[in-house]
Amino acid sequence: MFQAESTLSGFFFLAPWLVLAPVIGLLINLVFGKRFSEGLVGTVASLASGAAFIISVLLAYSVSANHGEVVRWRLAEWIHIGALQLDWTFRVDSLSTTMMLVVSGVGTLIHIYAIGYMHEDVRFKNDVGRFRRFFIYLNLFIAMMMILVSGDSYLMLFVGWEGVGLCSFLLIGFWYELDTLGRSSWANSNAAKKAFIVNRVGDFGFLIAGFIMFWALGSFQFDEVFEAAEGAAPGVILAITLLMLVGVAGKSAQIPLYVWLPDAMAGPTPVSALIHAATMVTAGVYLITRSAELYTLVPQAQYIVALTGAVTALFAATIAVGQYDIKKVLAYSTISQLGFMVAAVGMGAFVAGMFHLITHAFFKALLFLSAGSVILGVERGHHHAEHAHAHPTGKHSKGKKKEERQKQPHEEEGAHFDAGDMRNMGGLRKTMPVTYWLYMIGTLALAGIFPFAGFWSKDEILLDASEHYQVVYWLLSIAAFFTAFYMGRQIWMVFFGEPRHEAAAHAQESPRVMTVPLMVLAFLSVVGGALNLPFEGLHNLGHWLEYTLHEVESLPLNYGVAGISTILAVAAIYVSWLIYGRNPLRRGEIDPLKRRLGAVFTGAEHKWFVDEIYQAIIVTPFRRLSQFLADVIDWRFWHDWFHEQVIAGTYNWVSNIALNRYADQRGIDAVANNLAGITQWFSATLRKVQNGFVRSYALSVLLGVVLIVGYLILK
Amino acid sequence: MVPLNYYIVLSAILFTLGVVGVLIRRNALIIFMSVELMLNAANLAFVAFSSVIKSFSGQIFVFFVIAVAAAEVAVGLALIVEIFKSKRSIDVDQMSSLKG
Repeated sequence: MFQAESTLSGFFFLAPWLVLAPVIGLLINLVFGKRFSEGLVGTVASLASGAAFIISVLLAYSVSANHGEVVRWRLAEWIHIGALQLDWTFRVDSLSTTMMLVVSGVGTLIHIYAIGYMHEDVRFKNDVGRFRRFFIYLNLFIAMMMILVSGDSYLMLFVGWEGVGLCSFLLIGFWYELDTLGRSSWANSNAAKKAFIVNRVGDFGFLIAGFIMFWALGSFQFDEVFEAAEGAAPGVILAITLLMLVGVAGKSAQIPLYVWLPDAMAGPTPVSALIHAATMVTAGVYLITRSAELYTLVPQAQYIVALTGAVTALFAATIAVGQYDIKKVLAYSTISQLGFMVAAVGMGAFVAGMFHLITHAFFKALLFLSAGSVILGVERGHHHAEHAHAHPTGKHSKGKKKEERQKQPHEEEGAHFDAGDMRNMGGLRKTMPVTYWLYMIGTLALAGIFPFAGFWSKDEILLDASEHYQVVYWLLSIAAFFTAFYMGRQIWMVFFGEPRHEAAAHAQESPRVMTVPLMVLAFLSVVGGALNLPFEGLHNLGHWLEYTLHEVESLPLNYGVAGISTILAVAAIYVSWLIYGRNPLRRGEIDPLKRRLGAVFTGAEHKWFVDEIYQAIIVTPFRRLSQFLADVIDWRFWHDWFHEQVIAGTYNWVSNIALNRYADQRGIDAVANNLAGITQWFSATLRKVQNGFVRSYALSVLLGVVLIVGYLILK
Repeated sequence: MVPLNYYIVLSAILFTLGVVGVLIRRNALIIFMSVELMLNAANLAFVAFSSVIKSFSGQIFVFFVIAVAAAEVAVGLALIVEIFKSKRSIDVDQMSSLKG
C-alpha cells in the first residue's frame, strides 16, 4: 500500500515544511524580534502557523487526490545502529493530515487571538518584554506538535511528544515568578513542575512500551510494528498497549495522572486553549488511534482503556460542578471530554474518538478563549473601577499603575482581586455581549444540544458504547448530564444575574483581534458536526479515516440514544437554571448547591481531595524518603562516615606517617636541602673572585690566555 | 731588508707594553690605548709574516682588525663618556658596583 514518493503527484514534498515553517517563524522572532513591534511579532508567528495550516490543507488535498495512499516522505537518515534502521520520515495519510489540520487551524486562530490577549496580559503584569517570548514558545509548540502527528515511527512521535511536553512546561510557567492572581509567588512555577513531573510518570510507561516494542517486534516504524504484532504473543502486545495507556493517561490527563491539567491553567489563557484543551492533550487519543492495529489485537486492553476513559469522564465532570474558577471548570471539563475520547478509541470507535477530538478542539478552544476574554474584560473593569476611585481625573499612566499594584494588598479587600473567580462575576451579558454569545455557542456545543457540533460527536461515542459496552455507556451518559449541568451553572453565574463585584459591573468588551478568531471558532462549533453526520452517505470523516484505519464501523443515527442524551442535557440545563438561574447568586452569598448538598459539594469543590491523597501517599513519603536518603544515607553515611572517616582518614594517616615523615622529610627533603647547601657554599667561595677590580679581571684573562697558549704549545 | 726576528721582537715588546699598561694603569683611557697597542702589535706580526710568506691574507686580516678596532673604539669611548657623566671619574678601580 505504500508508494515510492516520486511516483505520486501532489504536494507531498511540502511535508517537512510543516515543521520548518513554525521553526522559521520562531527564529525570525528570536533573532530580530527585539526590534519588532508587538503587532509584527504576532503577525510573524501567526503567519508561520498559518503557513503550516495551508501546507496541511494541501497535504490533505493530495491524500484525497491519491485515494488515501499512505505517503512516507523521507527527509534524512536518523538512527542507524545494528538492527535499528530509523529515518526521519514524515507520514502523510488521512489520520495524520486530520490532526495537522486541527493543530494548525485551531493553532493559527489562537495565535491571532493571543496578539490581543497578550498585549493586555503583559501590561497587567508589568513585563512588556515577555510578549515576544510567548510567541516564540507558541511557534515551537506548533513545530513539535507537527513532529508528533507526522512522525512515521513511535520514536519520532516520542520526540514530538516530549517536545510538546517541554512547551507545555515553559508556557504553564510563563509567569513563573507570580501566582494566578499576579502576586509574587512560586505557584505558577510549581504548577509547571507538577505538569512536567506527572507527565514524566506517563512518559516512563510510554518509554517502557517502546523498549518492549523494539525488543519483541524489532522495529519502531508503524507498519513494521503492526505487521510484526500479528504474529507476536498476545501477552507482549497487552504489555505494550497497557504501558502505552500509562503514557496516554499522562499526556491526555486520564485517571490517575490527570492532576496536572487543572494546575496547568496557571498558564496564559491562549495556552490553556491551545495546549491544554485543543491539541496537546489529544496526543494520547491520537496515539491510541494510530496504534489501532495493536489495540484491536487485545480486547482486554481495549476494555481497560474504555473503562479508564469513561471513569475519568464521569469523575472529572463531578469535580467541575464544584469549581468556582472559570478556567478550572473548563479544565475539568477538558479532562472529562478527553475521557469521552479515550473511551471511544478504547472501544474501537476510532472515528467517533477522532470526530469528538476535532469538534472538542473547536468548542473547547472557543470556550477557553471566551473565558480569557471574560477574565480580561473583568480585569479591565477592575482597573477602571480602581482608577475611578484612586484618580478621579481618570489619568492612566504606567508609573501609577505600577504603584497601584504594590499598594493593592493593603486595599480594602485585604486580598488580591481574582478576575477568574465566577463569584466575582455576574451580569456580564450586558457588558460583554459578543463574548456572551460566543460563550453560549460553545456551551451548547459542549453540552451536546442539537444541532451543534458536540451533539453529533458525543452522540456517536454514546451510540458505540451502547452497542458494545453498557457500563461505559451509562458512565458516559451520567458524565454528559453533569457536563450540561456545570456548563449551565457557569453561564448563569457568569453572564446572568447582577454583578457581584465592582469589576464585573465595569467590565469591557474585548477588541476585534480577539473576538474575530472566536467567531470563526464559534462558526466551526456550530457546523462542525457536518463532518460526520450519522446518515447514509454523510459519514465523511469515517470514509476519510477509513483510508488509514481499516475497519471503520459507520453506525446510523439511533434516535433512542440521541433522544436520551438530548433529554439528559436539556434536563441538566433546566436543573442548573432552577438552582442558579432562577435566583441568581448575590454578592457574598454561598453557592446554593453547597447549601443543599453540604459535604458532597465540599468534596467536589476540593476535587475529592485527590491532590491531598496524592500528597499523603506519594509526595510526602517520597519527600521523606528523599530526606532520608539525603540526610542519613548520603550525608551521614557516605559523607561523614565513609568519605570523611574511612577514605579521608586513611589517606591522612598514610600520607602523614609513611609519606610525610619518612619518604618526604628524610628522603626528598634531604636531597633538596643538601643540594641547596652545596650550591650555597660553592657560590660563597666563588663570590670572592668577583672583587670589583677591573685590572684583576684583566690579569685573570691574561693568566688564562697564558695557560691555554702554554698548553697548546707544550702539548 | 730587516730580518723577520726584529719585527717579532718589536711586536712582542709592544704587546707586552700593552699588557702591562692594561694591568697597572687605572685610567680607563690609558687602558684603552694599551689595548689598541696590543692590537697593533698583532697587526705588525701579521704584516711581517705576510711579507715573508708572500701572501696577502695577513694584510687582509690586518684590515679587518683595524676595522673592528675602529668600531670597538667608537663603542668603548661612548661607554667611557657615559661612565664619566655619571661618576665624574674614569678611574677603573672605582667601577666596582658589581663586586661580589
